[in-house]
Amino acid sequence: MQAAEYEVKGEVLVIRLKADLDHHTALSVREAADSLLARSHAKHILFDFTGVDFMDSSGIGVIMGRYRQVIFHGGRVGVTGVGANVDRIFRISGLYKIVENYQKAEEAFTCPAYERLATEN
Amino acid sequence: MENFDNEMRLTFQAKSCNEALARMTVAAFLTPLNPTLEELADTKTAVSEAVTNAIIHGYGETEGTVELWCARRGREVWFHVKDTGNGIADIKAAMEPMYTTKPEQERSGMGFSFMEAFTDELIVESAVGEGTLVKMKKVMG
Repeated sequence: MQAAEYEVKGEVLVIRLKADLDHHTALSVREAADSLLARSHAKHILFDFTGVDFMDSSGIGVIMGRYRQVIFHGGRVGVTGVGANVDRIFRISGLYKIVENYQKAEEAFTCPAYERLATEN
Repeated sequence: MENFDNEMRLTFQAKSCNEALARMTVAAFLTPLNPTLEELADTKTAVSEAVTNAIIHGYGETEGTVELWCARRGREVWFHVKDTGNGIADIKAAMEPMYTTKPEQERSGMGFSFMEAFTDELIVESAVGEGTLVKMKKVMG
């Protein structure tokens, strides 16, 4: 199974996770995301966790790593579709200090969250 | 530690695809106890961290075997993750939050912190060149 699906929407690279974000999937997500960041105009990243309810410290590494990639170009990282278990990992690790959580998954693509991500910078 | 209600042992190759296998196995082992979703998530995360450490730090690029042992008695559950890899030179440092020997691999250094946070007891035994045994215990509410 593919770890994630990727789509560049304007300035936002949307990463729709399809499997638990652990060390195994982290490797492929990291490679695919960095490759797309390098060859597209994407500036921000939105991780969509809809349907995925597991992430461990390897996932934290992936998200912090991508944050470091985009922050130097004024980019931001957001997450959406975050379930209870993933939310707990985000809270405990303090990731919400650098990553914004968009409550509604559908908004992330149609309007508010996505446009906000794209226009705030 | 005898007279368990149930006990199991799973041995698998130190490959990252087996991290999910270890999590699913632990979740299945817990099923008869009807754990809460939070207890289930805690346990899966703690085991995932220990198995990931065994694969990345225990063996790195070399091949090896990871052993997951689970046992339960009443509401008490024990999870042990063992490798016969590199071992940990400084266990105290390794257990510090944010400490990692592999920042280039984007390791967050939160593995042991999560094991500690999500279980009721964590004991780490390790010898350089011999391997590491992580013992965790959790009491289901």
